[in-house]
Amino acid sequence: MPQNNAPAPYARRSPFAPRWPRKLLGTLLTIAVTLLGLLFVTFMIGRVMPIDPVLAVIGERATQAQYNAVYLELGLDKPLLAQFAIYVNDVLHGDFGTSIRTGQQVSDDIRRVFPATLELATLGTLIGVFIGVPLGVLAAVYRGTWIDQLARLVGLVGYSMPIFWLGLVGLLVFYGILGWVAGPGRLGVFYQGIVPTRTGLLLLDAAIAGEWTVFKDAFSHIILPAALLGYFSLAYISRMTRSFMLEQLNSEYITTARVKGLSEWHVVWRHAFRNIRIQLVTVIALAYANLLEGSVLTEIIFAWPGIGSYITTSLLSNDMNSVLGGTVVIGTIFVALNIFSDLLYRFFDPRAK
Amino acid sequence: MKTSRSFRAAALTAVLLGSVALPAMAETPPNMLVIANRIDDIKTFDPAESFEFAGADVSRNVYEKLVNFDPLDLEAGFEPQLAESWEISEDGTEITFTMADGHVFASGNPVTAKDAEFSLRRAVILNKTPSFILTQFGFTPENVEETIVATDDKTLVIKLDQKYAVSFVLNCLTATIGGIVDMATVMEHETDGDMGAEWLRTNTAGSGPYKVVDWKPNESVLMDLNPNFGGEKPAMERVIVQHIQESATQRLQLERGDIDIARNLSPEDIAAVKETDGLQVVDELKGRLMYWSANQKNEMLSDPKVVEALKWATDYAGMSGSFLNGQYTVHQAFLPLTFLGALEDKPFSYDIEKAKAALAESGFPDCGTIEISVRDAQERIDIAQSLQNTWTQLGCDVSLIVGTGAQTLDRYRAREHDIYLGAWGPDYPDPNTNAGTFAYNPENSDEAGATGLLAWRNAWGIPEMSEKTLAAVTENDTEARKEMYLALQKEHQTVSPFGIMFQQIEQHAMRDNVQNFISGGATTAASYWVVTK
Repeated sequence: MPQNNAPAPYARRSPFAPRWPRKLLGTLLTIAVTLLGLLFVTFMIGRVMPIDPVLAVIGERATQAQYNAVYLELGLDKPLLAQFAIYVNDVLHGDFGTSIRTGQQVSDDIRRVFPATLELATLGTLIGVFIGVPLGVLAAVYRGTWIDQLARLVGLVGYSMPIFWLGLVGLLVFYGILGWVAGPGRLGVFYQGIVPTRTGLLLLDAAIAGEWTVFKDAFSHIILPAALLGYFSLAYISRMTRSFMLEQLNSEYITTARVKGLSEWHVVWRHAFRNIRIQLVTVIALAYANLLEGSVLTEIIFAWPGIGSYITTSLLSNDMNSVLGGTVVIGTIFVALNIFSDLLYRFFDPRAK
Repeated sequence: MKTSRSFRAAALTAVLLGSVALPAMAETPPNMLVIANRIDDIKTFDPAESFEFAGADVSRNVYEKLVNFDPLDLEAGFEPQLAESWEISEDGTEITFTMADGHVFASGNPVTAKDAEFSLRRAVILNKTPSFILTQFGFTPENVEETIVATDDKTLVIKLDQKYAVSFVLNCLTATIGGIVDMATVMEHETDGDMGAEWLRTNTAGSGPYKVVDWKPNESVLMDLNPNFGGEKPAMERVIVQHIQESATQRLQLERGDIDIARNLSPEDIAAVKETDGLQVVDELKGRLMYWSANQKNEMLSDPKVVEALKWATDYAGMSGSFLNGQYTVHQAFLPLTFLGALEDKPFSYDIEKAKAALAESGFPDCGTIEISVRDAQERIDIAQSLQNTWTQLGCDVSLIVGTGAQTLDRYRAREHDIYLGAWGPDYPDPNTNAGTFAYNPENSDEAGATGLLAWRNAWGIPEMSEKTLAAVTENDTEARKEMYLALQKEHQTVSPFGIMFQQIEQHAMRDNVQNFISGGATTAASYWVVTK
């Protein structure tokens, strides 16, 4: 007679059983579904667009026989769902296909262009955070004063000024007239090929190699576009910081703290600011994600070989493999940053645990 | 909305930049040439596959050919390079090349007839897009072992499927696909029987003045001297071509002295450069033609008098003198100027009275609805709008169908357009490259599916003119051949549904110490080895 070894129902819901495996499983499932959905949507958009992928490969002068050969080579004779299944399988094996435009593996292309964007976006975000957050706090503390007006003006200009225009003017002034920074591109022509590629982040690679002249040249190239992106980031971050801080500074616990005789510095930074950290994490993560997505116009003006201009140029050249690959990478970054900000939430706010 | 904001911003910036004259600053080293260009079209360096402008520039400087053009005398036509001489068989179907001495690949291997045999056979077998330039002579993957044969290290024999004008065959061998690769080096890198195709995408194995040292797609191409180059040592020991998309950025770099040549400046930036000390602008006629064509499946547009009216109602001078100023010149024949047999006649000018008279003689005196298919490129939309304005004066109801390049092309290839507005550039430097598409369509049925022929795309069946086009490719007397093309173009101007309007001018801005930069004119690509500073 078989024995019933199943635990009693209440045992399965034991409050002492750890919850994290289920949560982890749920999170992983959510990520998988999100990425699959992203793949499906981008793949289908690529297929329903009124673009002949064969012509994109062979050009308009190819013969019918060449057309037919490439049509079969691309698997376009198969049903759409079968094509999607093949694509997902390839992506799971790290194969995004070959770029029509560069003739290279899309994964290799992305490995080459993404570090350029990562480096630019990281520096831009750091500038945005280190200037934007204090500016927002000061604007809230000195509400209505010239500091506040200045912060609001900075925010307004950042929101309303086309980055394309500001980039060109920045180049004209700081590169063309003053000569304070280097011109477009990541590195001067004399420094090409000196530093071996390890991470793809030029500043880091140059530092690792101890090539400080290359580091200086790379920094001279990156600082203007990074400052430009940082400015647009700080406009958003300072505005949000000011808004969050104002909400906190009007709270009763702040009044209580002041009544207790705590210094203003203590009140602002130890009490009010501590409570906006959680909201700021989301704002900064979003700002960072937006920059990582690639600031296409900035990349074009500064001839910065990043993922934004890569995807845009690919789209204009009907190079759908590259567009799909790039979109999947960006989507994955968004998901990863969301998870990261969730984790930070838990760190900063014990209630979220 | 976002786009128009960007355009407004660009215009504002152009005004701002235009008002600021920068002092000339640093200079690049005297033995280094730095060029800003749009090179995002480079997919491969393999001469058997490369068919893009920026790729052709690299290829011309890396690979030598059996015959080639002298960059300092392009009008002289082809001349010996790897082949020192050639002989034609009596029946005109066999050409025997004798290889020249002294040509050595970058690897150190000497160039032999075996390398030429391998390179030409390989291009036919791989059957990539430009392969038609060779296969039009009857070469197939199946017959190349008999038709392209190196009898020894010095002798290469090619057997054609019929008699052709020798100038036609040799002109085709000057195209990128005629580049001779180092067989031993290439085959060392063969994988899965690809004849080294994968390796040659990103590497070079030629005997030309330069070798590619580094290529970062959409970023830069770096070329250094081929240490074994047999010719005179070029003054520029290193050439760097940077991908710079924006005209304003290229101009800033040129003014700062960070680059020597800017190849994609807008008319506004060109005008500013002309006013700047230390800089110069050099114009070169290119092979690209801008034209409109009328689909002969459309009943109204198949009336020759309607097409004639539209040709008279096109404001050629108005366009070239305004928004196309400096970028295009008026040209009305299917062979670009500088090609053998190019016709300079411009029989049509904007004359609305003559246009109305022609329309009155047609079966459609009140005109009718006309849709112009045009891709979403600014200069083409500007031209389409000009046509819309002037054709409307004839009473035609003209609308623009603006689409992406692919959408517009799809419609064109499917013969679904009324009027197609587009551009055409030669594939190889022989008159047949354009005659064979503008004036050749022996079988006009839908089933023929000759989508590569412009005459077929416009449903213009021309069996008699096609015979004349074919006759011109077999004429060995160059002067007689030239006369045949002149006559063909004159007839084409009168009877064809093509309204050829303009030929492209490329304006290169450069430092004034740069001499002999030739981007290849209408017939070939850029030649860096003759540049001096």
